[in-house]
This record gives sequence, structure tokens and C-alpha cells, in this order.
Amino acid sequence: MSASGGVTPRAESRTRLSLRVNGEPVEVLFETYKTLLEVLREDLGLTGTKHGCELGECGACTVLVDSRPVLSCLLLAAECEGSHVRTVEGLAQGACLHPIQETFADLGAAQCGYCTPAMLMTACALLEKHPSPSRGDIRQALSGVLCRCTGYLQIFEAVEAAERRIRENSPGGSEGGG
Amino acid sequence: MMRCGRFHYHAPRTLRDACAMLQDAGSDGMLLAGGTDLVPNMKRRQQTPKVVISLRHVAGLRDAGPDGNRVRLGAMLTLSDLTAKEEVRARHTALFKAAAQVATPHLRNMGTLGGNLCLDTRCNYYDQNYEWRKAINFCMKKAGEICWVAPSSRRCWAISSTDTAPALIALGAEVALATRDGERTLGVADFCRDDGIQYLTRNPDEILTQVLLPIPAPGESSTYWKLRRRGSFDFPVLSVAAWIRRPPEGRVEAARLVLGSVASRPVIAEAAAGLVGTTLSEDVIEAVAEEASRLAKPLDNTDFSLGWRKKAARYLITGALRELRGDDPQTLGPLARRAAELAPVG
Repeated sequence: MSASGGVTPRAESRTRLSLRVNGEPVEVLFETYKTLLEVLREDLGLTGTKHGCELGECGACTVLVDSRPVLSCLLLAAECEGSHVRTVEGLAQGACLHPIQETFADLGAAQCGYCTPAMLMTACALLEKHPSPSRGDIRQALSGVLCRCTGYLQIFEAVEAAERRIRENSPGGSEGGG
Repeated sequence: MMRCGRFHYHAPRTLRDACAMLQDAGSDGMLLAGGTDLVPNMKRRQQTPKVVISLRHVAGLRDAGPDGNRVRLGAMLTLSDLTAKEEVRARHTALFKAAAQVATPHLRNMGTLGGNLCLDTRCNYYDQNYEWRKAINFCMKKAGEICWVAPSSRRCWAISSTDTAPALIALGAEVALATRDGERTLGVADFCRDDGIQYLTRNPDEILTQVLLPIPAPGESSTYWKLRRRGSFDFPVLSVAAWIRRPPEGRVEAARLVLGSVASRPVIAEAAAGLVGTTLSEDVIEAVAEEASRLAKPLDNTDFSLGWRKKAARYLITGALRELRGDDPQTLGPLARRAAELAPVG
């Protein structure tokens, strides 16, 4: 390679990467051909993120990279240097579930559960960006994750319920919300 | 489980280094933008680069801003970045509607403007895993000799499935291509070729760096209509991009009409000339739609039946032109109603 200067050549078959996963700094060595999904599940032991179609046709592998929902099956892990990756394992704080997890459980928004981590992460990103999303916003945000069990209605209702719960639990309570 | 094959990975920080690496890699090298097209294709061994050169960290490729009477949009802007720009939404409606309807919000957070312009052509006999393709002894687009869609054909008929290219052609956009030795620009129409295998005029050592979009003059408007089976995920099976310049209450001074997903490149409908000098009466719109829809000669290599796709072309063209006339999208059927609700959600 004739190019040099500020370049990070990774011609070897394995790549070493520093990133943050669920707030923790992580250094990981992995086969360069691996996607973020493969590294999360196989090298970091985080199997909450599900392996679906492998081709970007189902959304089951959704994680948040720098707060945006993306498909970890299509993102080479080598691309994630310095990124902050959030997975479903990072939602709960100790024994305390995230409000979106509580409402999914309360309202039956999970049946087989395979799409649930992706739905949770997508909904979490939506609520962080749009604290009071309309039903249309929720439908559009979740349109990148397929669910073959619930018919989506319970999922939409769970996202709306989580939004209310977050608002009621925030300083200042429910006043001024909406 | 499908995994990518082995490759050497490079993450250059400057365009100059990226150009040098691409040239050095020769035919073994491929550029990686958002990865939403290349990575699945690598898993299915449709593409088997030995060297992958990532553009993610190359400085300057996400820049956007005015440049004289044009807007420069960096090729590495994600489709979400693009649709979040108020000026794109307000001024370049066809591009906004095209970008906002690509795949899903998740894929738009990854996929880029440049990547969508360079999207591999698609075909039911090509977009399959390695074992499936091997079972039919492959096709001429990758590793085989025959076109299974048209077995007597000498050429590949895989379909251009980019949403943004038809929109950008209708808007009169250009692309900038960089090499180690310099830069050239050419119209998006000239960037595309009608061949399923060699579907771009990009030279192997060139990197698409920017899209140059004219700032619309008063009276200019555009739209993009997309047909697909589902309201998300799916590639277009047919699309229509339309642009006109028409002073308020006046007659059309200029018009462009582009059909997507009907050939290996977006197809410019010369029938749009029939709109010039008119007030877009129903008779004119129907005559132009009838003539332009003859360009849609679908082959049996994507979703939906052939006959229905051909009929749908006239419907989409008519609808797009009525929208540009100023008709309320709520009166123009489900495709227009859904498109009217498009909003940037990251």
C-alpha cells in the first residue's frame, strides 16, 4: 500500500477495536470479516441482540450506535472504532427495568420475543429523540423491525404507555408534558 | 449462518489516501459506504472483494452546503441526514421523497446518498444466496454465462433499483468523481448505463464524492412516486420522478419525467416535452402518461406480475403530474396519501 499518513491499515486478518458498549469501555480482538452482530454475540457474549435474516430484511439485530438504531448484521464491526453501542442488555439499571421493558411486559407486546430486543432499542431511541411521539411517528420508527406475532398494536400501545410512564416519573411529573 | 468472506480492511482518513488505496487495490478493491448493499452481497458471495476500503472516516464526505447556484451534498451523508435537512425537504421534494422511502428508518440511518446512487442492480436470479445461484449454474451477472430472465439475451437485464437516481436526474443533478489525479463532474443521467452488469460509467479508480444539485428557481417543483409491495423495506418495482418549471397560474416552461426500476438504468421519458406550453389539463396529463408508460417494458425478474406493473406505470405518471399541477395529495390515492405523511424520524 503506497498510501500513508493518518491511515489505519488493517491488512491483518484480525482487528483490535476500542469502543463503548452499554457505557463501558471495551477492547475486543476479532476476525475482520465479522459484523457488529457477530462480535457482540460471539466475542462479547451479548446474545440479547438477535440474529435474524442476516440481510437487512427483518430488523431483529437492531442496536443503537451513537444513539441511532442500525442493523448490526450489516455493519462491519471494524467500522465501529470509538462508537458507543447500546444493546438490550444495557436497558435495565440493575434490577430496575427500563419503562419500555415494563410496558412491553405489562401489555403483552412480546409473544415469541425474537423481535423484542430490536423493538425495545428502536422504541428507546425514538423516545429519547421525540419525547412525545404520535402514533404515526411510532409506526414509522418501528417500520424497520418485523414482528410476526403481535400484529403490532400491543407494541404501539406499549411505546405510548412507556412515554406516559417516563413523563410521569420525570422531575416535574406530568405537568407540561405532551 | 452466512458470513462475509475474508478481506483486507482499510479505513483511510483523507480522500487522497482513499483514492490511492483504491487505485492500488485494482480490481480486487471495493468501496464501502453505508454497507447496506455491499455487506449482504458479500455474505451471498455476489461480491467478493479482497480489499474493502471504507469511506466512513474520510474527511469532508459528509459536508453539505451552498456552492453558487447549487447545493453540494456529500456522498457519505446518510439518507437520514439528508431527509433531516429542512432545505432538502422544502426545495428538492423529489429527492426528499425518494430518500425518505428507501427501505426502513434503520437502513436509512446507515445507507448513504452515494451508496444509493451506486446501488447494485437487482434480479430475482441474482439476489439469492450462493447455494441457490449455484443450483442453477449461476447467471451472467456473477459467475455464470446465461441470463435466466431472457435466456437468448447477450446482456444482463438486472434492474436499477435506486430511488435517488431517478429523482436526481429529474432535478438536473450532477455527481463529482475523484481520483488520485483530480476530479470530474457529470450529469447523474450520464453516470448510469443500461447494462445490468456495468450499470455505472464510474471508472474503477473513481470515488463518488458529492452530488451537485441546482437550487430551484421560483416556479420549479418536483415529486417522486414509488411502487412496492410493502410500505417499508422493499426496493421499488417502479418509480416516477417528475420536475416542472411553471410560473404561478402560468404555462409549463420546462419539464422532466424519469422512470425508475424499468431498466438497468433510470429511463428519461422524452414525452415530458408534451407538457411544455400547457396548463397541465387532464387531457395533456393522460396523453403524456400514455406515451411515457410505453417505456416501461418490465421483465419477469422482480416482484408483482408483468402486466400489472406495466399498467401501474400509467397510474403513477398520471398521479405524479397531477400532484405537480397542484392537486391535493389526499385525492390522489393511497401512494400519494402515504407519501404526504413522510416525516424524518431518525
